[in-house]
Amino acid sequence: MLFFSFFKTLIDEQVIVELKNDMSIRGTLKSVDQFLNIKLDNISVVDEVKYPHLSAVKNVFIRGSVVRYVHLPAAVVDTTLLEDATRKEAAAQASKMGGR
Amino acid sequence: MADTGADELDNTIVSEPLDLVRLSLNERVFVKLKGDREIRGRLHAYDSHCNLVLSDVEETVYVMDDELEDLKAIKKQSEMLFVRGDAVVLISPPSQS
Repeated sequence: MLFFSFFKTLIDEQVIVELKNDMSIRGTLKSVDQFLNIKLDNISVVDEVKYPHLSAVKNVFIRGSVVRYVHLPAAVVDTTLLEDATRKEAAAQASKMGGR
Repeated sequence: MADTGADELDNTIVSEPLDLVRLSLNERVFVKLKGDREIRGRLHAYDSHCNLVLSDVEETVYVMDDELEDLKAIKKQSEMLFVRGDAVVLISPPSQS
């Protein structure tokens, strides 16, 4: 659930989602779920000439599995907090597996 | 050897492959991805899916230029990047080539 919580802290930030089909979409992150499905508002496609498909679209729902990258603003991310949360999550995973 | 219950809380114990990744937190790493892509960046977060968050990232995409019959490397920079784990092939300390 680490990255689910991480993305919740980024709601209302502007991000660029790069999809596995090589299209990149810039927009405001409005919603995320446990599968890391993403809802973006007020989108603009990064290479609009190459991908005119979404010219009339304002908001999108993106299935998490088709995401390759999410480009984030560094200023909004607390890397120390992330690293601490990662260590906790790794420890939680270890104790979950070791419980057999 | 009686107290194995404390192992899960000991950050220095390496028992499974992802523990090696934990040793690289806040260090620069080299990540190989599907689709002839490589990434170098500072690792800040990962999970069991190999989802990653990296900072100061350089992505290298290898493209076959059919016209010139030549392999090209396209480099891109990002200040902060989330990488979805299903594309990750390997994670390693960087080896500069």
